[in-house]
Amino acid sequence: MSDFIADIALQINLVDIVLLAFLVVVAGAVIQVRDLFEAVVLLGIFSLLSACIFTTLDAVDVAFTEAAVGAGISTVLFLATLTLTAREEKAQYRHSWSGFIVCTLTGGALIYGTLDMPHFGELNAPIHRHVAPRYIVESPEEIGVPNMVTSVLASYRGYDTLGETTVIFTAGLTVLLLLRRDRRSRDRSTSPPTIETTDRRGSHTMRHAMVLRVMSKLFIPLILLFALYVQFHGDFGPGGGFQAGVIFAAAFVLYALIHGIEAAQRVAPTARVQVFVALGLLLFIGTGLASLFAGGNFLEYKVLAHQASHGEHLGILFIELGVGITVAAVIINTFFFFAGRGRT
Amino acid sequence: MDTLIHLASWLCLLLGCCFCLIGGVGLLRLPDFYSRIHGGGVTDTLGAGLVISGLMLQGGLSLTTAKLAMILLFLLLTSPVATHAIARAAQHSGLKPQVTDAAA
Amino acid sequence: MFIAAMLGVLATMLLALVRALKGPTVYDRVLAVNMFGTKTVLLLAVIGFLTGRPDFLDLSLVYVLINFIGTIAILKFVEFGSQASNKEEARA
Repeated sequence: MSDFIADIALQINLVDIVLLAFLVVVAGAVIQVRDLFEAVVLLGIFSLLSACIFTTLDAVDVAFTEAAVGAGISTVLFLATLTLTAREEKAQYRHSWSGFIVCTLTGGALIYGTLDMPHFGELNAPIHRHVAPRYIVESPEEIGVPNMVTSVLASYRGYDTLGETTVIFTAGLTVLLLLRRDRRSRDRSTSPPTIETTDRRGSHTMRHAMVLRVMSKLFIPLILLFALYVQFHGDFGPGGGFQAGVIFAAAFVLYALIHGIEAAQRVAPTARVQVFVALGLLLFIGTGLASLFAGGNFLEYKVLAHQASHGEHLGILFIELGVGITVAAVIINTFFFFAGRGRT
Repeated sequence: MDTLIHLASWLCLLLGCCFCLIGGVGLLRLPDFYSRIHGGGVTDTLGAGLVISGLMLQGGLSLTTAKLAMILLFLLLTSPVATHAIARAAQHSGLKPQVTDAAA
Repeated sequence: MFIAAMLGVLATMLLALVRALKGPTVYDRVLAVNMFGTKTVLLLAVIGFLTGRPDFLDLSLVYVLINFIGTIAILKFVEFGSQASNKEEARA
């Protein structure tokens, strides 16, 4: 038992403790606060802290995605949803004892289960013994991409990434199917976009947004350029398709927030965006099929070029592009659907 | 020359941290929302700028320094705009500044 | 002395966090979150230098942009949310 504690003391340092303590405090505050907008703001801090904790654990790609998705896009989507419902949480007058007991039992069972797990960072843990050394040793020659996370994600575990992209695609499709009919029937009933809302919103935005409008014209190209950098730099540093797609969509979200949804839809018409949702996934599957036609297995990139590592590079490039396109299009689409609803 | 750059960078880092701390204390202690914006916004930009400059001096001439320069540029552009937006939004929603002492 | 800088930034984050938890109005919390975001950028850059991995700067760069977008989004929606409820009250 004593060397158990010594082990833990070696691995966890001050920064981790402080950040985790912050996390607990913020989580408590989120539950306790009544105004839901404030809860969303606090959730932004929560995801920031998570990104810092991932960074101290040396998981930079995950921290990247958490920073982009959790603090940016999730917050925006939560807020867009909140404009449709009440602002305050309903008061709870009865406390539920059964809920408390279930939570305590489940939490206790989970904590009891972790006692059996190998210690944090232990060298002999099964996860470090079987596949991981093989990836670490073989990846530089077989694939030759400096960022090992990308090589594992895109090449060794390409099927999993295909599954994840399909999940994102399905989510986007579901949002489309559930919310589209609502929009069409609403558009038919109120013919041109009501001048009242636009004007009121327009005049309101004009007064407030001279500084924002000018600054956004400066930022949005930089954000888009940065998204492209992240997409193609994913081979060498943290980045890749998922993160780049999120940042790309964030630029469009910024534009829609400042100039209005109608202006944003003139730049990125919904129909066009929906085409891109499918295009990304098709690119991914197409790369797999191309390797089938070239004589190898599905998603076996090394047959795509004359030299194995060149083939791998090519394959990773195309599938990351596919992932990026699908993610960006799904997020833009979802945002347009969510934010465009609360207008009357 | 090297030690001079080293010293300058430590100085910038420490000054930057001091300003950040002053801003944090101001955020807590000042009585009214609009005064907190002064404390928070101004020292935020200045402190962050100094810390990043200190890190830039540490990095020498490399890609790291270029990235830090970009972070500095973005910070200098976004932080004041965000503060302005917050103040403007608060004013539009009707939040009034406190014009008398709390005791009076 | 990176450690001293990191401790300073962590202390400021704690102060901003207290304001975010206390702040009577929602704008106080938004201000605190904005400041927290800037401090996170600094923390990530300093941790990057501490551990000798300059890759973390990409993370800081993303965070500057996302912080800005998040702040603008919160302000937009808080104002618009109150506008929508005001209009309903005016109509009713």
